[in-house]
Amino acid sequence: SVIEVTSFVSSRWVPQMADHSEVMKGIHQYPGVRYPVLTPNLQGFHRAVAAGATEISVFGAASESFSKKNINCSIEESMQKFEEVVKSARHMNIPVRGYVSCALGCPYEGTITPQKVTEVSKRLYGMGCYEISLGDTIGVGTPGSMKRMLESVMKEIPPSALAVHCHDTYGQALANILTALQMGINVVDSAVSGLGGCPYAKGASGNVATEDLIYMLNGLGLNTGVNLYKVMEAGDFICKAVNKTTNSKVAQASF
Amino acid sequence: MPSLLSGSILEETSQLSGLPEYVKIVEVGPRDGLQNEKVIVPTDIKIEFINQLSQTGLSVIEVTSFVSSRWVPQMADHSEVMKGIHQYPGVRYPVLTPNLQGFHRAVAAGATEISVFGAASESFSKKNINCSIEESMQKFEEVVKSARHMNIPVRGYVSCALGCPYEGTITPQKVTEVSKRLYGMGCYEISLGDTIGVGTPGSMKRMLESVMKEIPPSALAVHCHDTYGQALANILTALQMGINVVDSAVSGLGGCPYAKGASGNVATEDLIYMLNGLGLNTGVNLYKVMEAGDFICKAVNKTTNSKVAQASFST
Repeated sequence: SVIEVTSFVSSRWVPQMADHSEVMKGIHQYPGVRYPVLTPNLQGFHRAVAAGATEISVFGAASESFSKKNINCSIEESMQKFEEVVKSARHMNIPVRGYVSCALGCPYEGTITPQKVTEVSKRLYGMGCYEISLGDTIGVGTPGSMKRMLESVMKEIPPSALAVHCHDTYGQALANILTALQMGINVVDSAVSGLGGCPYAKGASGNVATEDLIYMLNGLGLNTGVNLYKVMEAGDFICKAVNKTTNSKVAQASF
Repeated sequence: MPSLLSGSILEETSQLSGLPEYVKIVEVGPRDGLQNEKVIVPTDIKIEFINQLSQTGLSVIEVTSFVSSRWVPQMADHSEVMKGIHQYPGVRYPVLTPNLQGFHRAVAAGATEISVFGAASESFSKKNINCSIEESMQKFEEVVKSARHMNIPVRGYVSCALGCPYEGTITPQKVTEVSKRLYGMGCYEISLGDTIGVGTPGSMKRMLESVMKEIPPSALAVHCHDTYGQALANILTALQMGINVVDSAVSGLGGCPYAKGASGNVATEDLIYMLNGLGLNTGVNLYKVMEAGDFICKAVNKTTNSKVAQASFST
């Protein structure tokens, strides 16, 4: 029901997303499906709206170093930019999702305290983001650190407004997601075929595979509304297109 | 809004407290792992591999299987491997013994601990060890009796505990029945195996609830395959239910004979990573395990199945 389409970021930073406007204009928007896009700043936001976007996301970090290296400004500076974007978006009744990266660890700083994650999340939620996606950007989290982080964040933000975005770099994603579900979270980010490696660990994997996530949720008897087989077909399509083998174990076992 | 998760595993096991303080890892790489690798590993490499594992802090390392080489060519050198390894103090070296003949050979080669391998599926039992569950239990009774006479501890495996490649769903009751039989004949520990990795936290919980009505958790272990990526989530579930013995294979050695190209055993490195993160004591040095994993992967000429190893060794 939610498919993140593209990112309205400068093509100088992210060449893969240079065609953001064409992609946004080119897709067929099916009823009942939402198509959020990333907008790092006001300029990106306006381009997104011009291209037909009706939902946006802003991308913050719980680590000062990561913020500076990834989006070239401090956490505080980024929050100010996001305030502008969120204000404009809300004026136009455009929902905004907030991402908090490095929620369970940072490639530069190492450990990130749950308090810092809570602080940044609260800021984004307070400015008007309807949902905060807590990201284990480098996949170093385990059920223990996931639990501690969520306990802290959930003191300030209701679970219904939270999501987890787990990377599978160390194979921990599904165990971490299970932990989040046990604590009341019911929104989970994933990428078909486990697309995307990890820019911080050469050769390592990145996103948790949507197929493997669905397999677990189906086994738990939880309703997702998603057809696993069709997802596998889409995964097969994109893997052929980027000429790589799937990172999904379910797909590997099934084809 | 009523919870979608009420009455489910998610609500009932919402606490991460109640986890065991110490988790025993049973390393099955040299046996279950290598058994499913196509490349036949030379005897001296196997011995070196096991010797390296012995220095990582692992307390149980399954060495080999005294099965006929006609069935499992990889294990043809079972006696030489058993005699060739250095048995470090504080480490146990169980071996698989499918029958009395294998048992005697194992003892002759210096084994002081053995395992027998049953199944919760009639079809799997017939296809895998060529006899019905009942026939296999009778064979195991003979082996266990002889072993106990010699004060040799016996571990019992129950495969297809969460599903069978031929029969599909396996009822928790069937798993309990077979486990109870093995436990009753004298096995000190029953390792419940998700042989084809189809289990998920839901089916793991249901199966364990059934088995734990008859066998105390302290006598149980889980042996999860990662064919569908579910292993760590399933292991976490088992830990939350009081199980504190987990089988794994360094580098996630061994594919799945029932799903071409699929993975098999859960990787010991990835398991240790999770247990360390949970603050649970294992006594095992992750870095040394990764080194042993690197050694064996080079020897069988394949890339590791461990995500922790992939993320840690940048080439």
